[in-house]
Amino acid sequence: MTSSFGTQVSAIARRDLLRERRAGEVLWVTLPFGAIALLLIPLAVGPDAPTLQAIGLGMFWVIVMLFGVLISIRQTNAETQPQRDAVALLGIDPAAVYLGRALASFSLLIVFEVVLAVVTVALYDVPLVGWIWMPLVMLLVGVGLSLLGTLAAGIVSTGRSATALVPLLVAPLSVPLLIAATQTFEALRLGRSSLMWALMMAATSLLLAVAGVLTARPLQETG
Amino acid sequence: MDSSFVGHTLRGVSGTTTIVALDSVSVRVGATHILRDISLSVGQGEAVGVFGSNGAGKTTLLRMLATLIVPSAGSAHVFGSDLTSDDRYEIRPRIGYVGHVPGLYPELTLAENLGFVASARGIGRSEVDRCLSAVGLAGAADRRAEVCSHGMARRAEFAGVLMMEPDLLLLDEPHSALDGDAVDLVDAVVMRTMESGGAALLVSHDKDRVRRVVTDYHEISGGTLV
Repeated sequence: MTSSFGTQVSAIARRDLLRERRAGEVLWVTLPFGAIALLLIPLAVGPDAPTLQAIGLGMFWVIVMLFGVLISIRQTNAETQPQRDAVALLGIDPAAVYLGRALASFSLLIVFEVVLAVVTVALYDVPLVGWIWMPLVMLLVGVGLSLLGTLAAGIVSTGRSATALVPLLVAPLSVPLLIAATQTFEALRLGRSSLMWALMMAATSLLLAVAGVLTARPLQETG
Repeated sequence: MDSSFVGHTLRGVSGTTTIVALDSVSVRVGATHILRDISLSVGQGEAVGVFGSNGAGKTTLLRMLATLIVPSAGSAHVFGSDLTSDDRYEIRPRIGYVGHVPGLYPELTLAENLGFVASARGIGRSEVDRCLSAVGLAGAADRRAEVCSHGMARRAEFAGVLMMEPDLLLLDEPHSALDGDAVDLVDAVVMRTMESGGAALLVSHDKDRVRRVVTDYHEISGGTLV
């Protein structure tokens, strides 16, 4: 007897979020480090207000990308071999495991993005042009990063040598998300349409979701 | 699925339906043979023990039967499914595997660990309480796995096995770190599986304890049954 695909996704996501709530790694470690990184940049470049305003949003997205992928990788990679064996033997569809983990990471990433957005506005005095788009962009970046990080973690779990491949995978696939996120607001600032950039983020996420679902079984069996 | 197993049962040497059928099976990791030329049959209602010292290949044998490792050579079937084909994924829900290292999530309570199994398998939540009670852990249901003793963690894993009611039980050093009551519990779970038409394979270095519950046993040394 096994449950439906949706129930399996939900069970995996609930399990991961419960583990995070108890361990508090994102809340007490990653989130403060992200905020500190945003605080250190103004100290390094100096207190020039126009410069900080100009780089603020870009810095926000860079920090979200770097720490966001780490959140997803850490979240998924915190499993021991006996735990992975137990999940495999439960008969859960590996695609459900992938999507469930990505869903849990997405939930954490949204919290991470919201807190860092507040810190960015406070520290960099970023102009609020087009901020009505911010929830949508955060959503798209969150989906993309969680899918990317979960896929990367699946590759990490296949062995020590595979870990070296992760930066090669993460770097090119996070670039479209970074460029699209920053250019969405640049386009809004210049009064242009940002639809193309939103579509680029959605397309990247779709590509990652398809890749993650298709490779879920081989990665589970190799891990 | 192997055509010879579809639609009818295969009779083993004891006259029962064969659940595990290994013929000249080898498992190789890189250039190293972990298992070599293993032939073994476990029928319905049987419990087979495999004894051997550390590094003899016991855990690899069990993990292969649990479909977690693919054989390199030979013919290996469990419930008629070829362990080298994708059919092996279909039989996983029928297998109850308890390794020598617990697969519990340390941050979660015992009830939450079993609750995860229940929701993933579509089992009612009431079964969690019932199975924890059955293994004597009703009072520890809300205790995190990380603060439980090894013996309690193993009891919790057996609660998971009770909940899933597998047709094939694969137990790795099942009696280690367990007190007298828990040893009896393990034996009872094995007996229950056999009586309900399933089978069990137990690997251990402790012959005396395992011999009490098995119907047949083998020795393994250097990856070969002797």
